[in-house]
Formats: sequence, structure tokens, C-alpha cells
Amino acid sequence: MAGLVRRRVRRQRILRWVVVTVLGVFFLLPLFAMLEFTTRGAGGTLTAETWRTFFDWRQLGETYPVLWAGMKASFGLVILSVLLTLLLLVPTVVWVRLRLPRLRRTVEFICLLPLTIPAIVLVVGLAPVYAWVVYFVGGSSLTLTFAYTILALPFAYRAIDAGLSAIDVRTLTEAARGLGAGWATVMWRVVLPNMRSAVLSAAFITVALVLGEFTIASLLNRQNLQVAIDQLGKSSATMSIAVSLAALVLAFVLLLLLSFAGRGLRRRQREGSAS
Amino acid sequence: MTDRTTLLVDPAPTPTTPRRRGGRWFSRDLLGVVPFFLFVAVFLVIPTLVVVIGSFGGTGGGVTLDNLAALGDDYIVDAFLRSIALSAVTAMLGAIFGALLAYAVVTGRPDGVVRRAVTAACGVLAQFGGVTLAFAFIATLGLSGFVTVFLRDQVGIDIYSGGVWLFDLPGLVLVYTYFQIPLMVIVFLPALDGIRPQWREAAESLGGSTWYYWRRVAGPLLAPAFLGATLLLFANAFSAYATAAALVSQGSPIVPLQIRSALTSEVILGRENIGKAMALGMVVVVAVVMWLYAVLQRRTSRWLD
Repeated sequence: MAGLVRRRVRRQRILRWVVVTVLGVFFLLPLFAMLEFTTRGAGGTLTAETWRTFFDWRQLGETYPVLWAGMKASFGLVILSVLLTLLLLVPTVVWVRLRLPRLRRTVEFICLLPLTIPAIVLVVGLAPVYAWVVYFVGGSSLTLTFAYTILALPFAYRAIDAGLSAIDVRTLTEAARGLGAGWATVMWRVVLPNMRSAVLSAAFITVALVLGEFTIASLLNRQNLQVAIDQLGKSSATMSIAVSLAALVLAFVLLLLLSFAGRGLRRRQREGSAS
Repeated sequence: MTDRTTLLVDPAPTPTTPRRRGGRWFSRDLLGVVPFFLFVAVFLVIPTLVVVIGSFGGTGGGVTLDNLAALGDDYIVDAFLRSIALSAVTAMLGAIFGALLAYAVVTGRPDGVVRRAVTAACGVLAQFGGVTLAFAFIATLGLSGFVTVFLRDQVGIDIYSGGVWLFDLPGLVLVYTYFQIPLMVIVFLPALDGIRPQWREAAESLGGSTWYYWRRVAGPLLAPAFLGATLLLFANAFSAYATAAALVSQGSPIVPLQIRSALTSEVILGRENIGKAMALGMVVVVAVVMWLYAVLQRRTSRWLD
């Protein structure tokens, strides 16, 4: 029996290394190729020219105005989309759980609906809606916030719903209400601090999604980071590959932070120092 | 969808089921969800209706089936077939390799750095956008890409001797697989986590071999999860647009690109709504796939929760 288990553990380890190595090469090769491509100088030399331009923001803005505009638009979109998603979703989900439990399935269904509607389909239907958006608030790229909030619904909903399930909202709010707190206080001072990690992960997912979005921005003729990368690819492949690599690394760091943030927050909450 | 509107308009509980505090026709509590429903109505329901109604709309108004009939045109049928084939092939490749990778990750330490890094990397590659991945592959296998140049100069193999395939369907298969495998890892990990080591020990102590364990215990348990994940991958590839838009240089081989050209090019008279009909076709395919996924999901959760 012990020999059998030991043999299995050894076999598992071999399999694990083979799989991780082969797929690791498959996944790291393009990333390495991007680095090589952006540091390739004339006659097989190495050069940091592209990256120097990339980190010198003033020069970057002058040389690649499209890219600069796209980065600015994406930065604004990230902030606005996170705010709108949280403002729309957190109070609604909490409220439905507390006062309208019968609407819970409906809200869940709606929130998960965008998963079955591809972005390319949504954009077909959004075109006329955006004609009205332009009429009312103007044609800025920042108006994409509305569409991105829809795209973020399924992921943000799951995060927030999971966070809410982990705490006893009813008891918490009843206690707070019983002590004379209004609904705003309950939301801001009782419910929110208790689901901080869920809100945080919903925000992180929204950030990653907005930074990576291309379909809707491109087809509604708006500007964002991905659209800029695509446009730049036609004139300066090296720079657009550099930006792609930087964006991938940034997203990776963001998600890694997320996986630690969720854990760290929970631990701090247990120790009672986070309130 | 009817569910939603009825609930919104008529919040009263059905008379057959007695509810807490009886049946009030309108409660002030509903006001709390008005912003959410309004927003969703404008930016999700109306666009969906635009697509559905537009598919049946004629050029000068009125109802017509012409747009749907045009879905039978050769070039559209071909695009759908290519889209489905691309999605099926990459879903299967992604499912197989992704499951292997997930298994490799799950047999390691549960809270280890490897698992954390692999999960985060998978999240990025699976969901972070096709344009960057398209450029990653242009840097790798483009005409002056790293691997292309290396193979040509150092090994003497010209990978494009038979034509440049990166910017066509074969290239799409490759890049799609690159984001399908990570998605499979993310989707399949929870199912693998649900497998208890005791089941294997039980099988072994009763004399079952590894093969027997996989065929009779783990296999049947994981099969619904595996199939469900494959369906999800199919829907993911079928809906993808950015990679193809950034990579494909000529023509519109797959449906999303056909929709793009219907949206952006000058419309031929009388065919304005073809794009909407194709969009509706996509929704139908994805909806069927997601419904199957939900069915399998229910079966999976019976055991592996």
C-alpha cells in the first residue's frame, strides 16, 4: 500500500513537471518573443530604445498621440466603470437580499445575461442607443462606461454575491437598524466594511475587463488603449507590441495582487484590526 | 425575459402561494431597485430588442423574413460553419490541455506560489483581450517574428513556405488555443478540487488500479464538468472578436468579422439588417450552448460541491 502510494506520488510529480514544462514553454514563448522583438536593434544588437520612449511619457505623448489618447481614455474608463458598477450593483444586490428576496433570481438572471450575449452582438444593438447617448451627453470615449458596466455585470455580480453570502447581512442590518441607524449608515458603515474583499475583487475584475476591451470601443468608433494598440500596429509594430506586453504584465500583477488582497483582508478582519 | 418585465410591473405574489405579510400590490421597497432596472433596460434590454426586432425589419419598415432568409446565403453559411469549426477545434484543444494543466496544478500544494501564479496568469490570458495576444503572436510567428527568424536563420526551416498562415484560420486556431487553455484551467480547477483523495484511497484499498480508478470513479465524476467546460470554451471562442479583428488581414472568414463588415461598410440597399440577423444567429448558437452548460452544471454540482 505504502509502495503504491509512493509510486503514484512519483508518477504524479513526473506528469506535473512534463505538463508544466511543455505548456510553460508554449505560454512563455510569445511573451519572450515580444520582449525580444521590442529590444531588437539593427544587425542583431540589443537596444532599449523602444522602452526608453515608452517610459518617457512626454516623448511618448508627442510621438504617438493616438496611443496617449487611448491610454488616457482607458484610464478614465477604468475609474468611471468601477464606480458605476459598484454604485449600481452593491446597493441593489444588498437591497434585494434584505427586502426583496423574490427578485433575487431575476437580478441574478439579468446580471448573468451578458455572458450569453457576445460583445459583437451587443454592439450591434448598442449603436442606436449610443446615438441617443451622444445626443444627451456627447460623443466622448468616456461614454463607453455604460457599455462596460453591462459587460462587467456577470463578474462583478458573482464576486459581490459571494461576498454577501459569506456574512449574515440580515442580522447585521437588523442590529444596526435596532440601534437607530438609517439605511445609508447601514450600507456605508456596516455592510460595506464587512464585504470589503468582495467589493475589491469586483473592482479588480472590472479594471482588467475595461483595460482589455476592444470590440465595443472599436466598432462604436471610440478611443481606448486596445483600439490604440491596434491602430498603432499598422504604423509602428514595435511600439504596439511593447504596449501589449506592458498591458499583459500590468494585468498579471493586478490579478496576483487580487489573489493576495482577498486573503490578506480576510486575515486582517479576523484579527479585528480592519473596521 | 418575460419573467423580468412581469416582475417589474406586477410585484404581487402569485395568489396560490401565501407570502409573508400577504399580497401587497406595490411596496416602496421596489424603489430601491429602480436605478438598476432602468440602467439594464436601456443598455442591455433595448440593445437586445434592437437586434431581435431588427432581424425581422424590412428596409422601409414592416415585418419581413428576408434578413433571416439571407442567413442561408453561401458566404454567411460558410462563415457560420468556419466559426463553429474554429470554436469546436479550439474548445477541444483547450479542454484537453487545460484539463492536464489544471490536474498538474491541483496535485501540487494547494496554497503554493505555483498555483497562485498559474491562476493569475490564466486569468490574464483567458480574459484580457485578444488584441494584445494577436500582437504577441505577431512578435512570435509574424514574418519577422522571433520564432520565424530563428527557424529560418538557425535551423533552415521556412514555416511560411506554403503561404503565410498566421493571418488566416490556422493562425486563429493557434491564438484562440492560447486563450482557451487558461480559461479551461480556471473553469475546471474547482471541479478537480472537489475530487476527494479518500475516493482514490477507497478504490486502491479495494484493489483498484490507477486505470480502474480513472475509468470507474474519477472519470464519470468529472465527465459532466469536463463537457460543460468544453461548451463554455466553445461559446467563448464563438463570441470572440478582438483577436480575429487584429489578426486577420484579408476577408471576413468568421461571423464576428462578417458582422463588422456589415456594420462598417456601405450597406447594400435592402440589406441593412443582415448584420442584425447574423447577430441573432450568434445569440441563438451561444444560448443553446450555454443552456446545455447549465444543465451539465447542475449534474456536476450534485457530486463535486
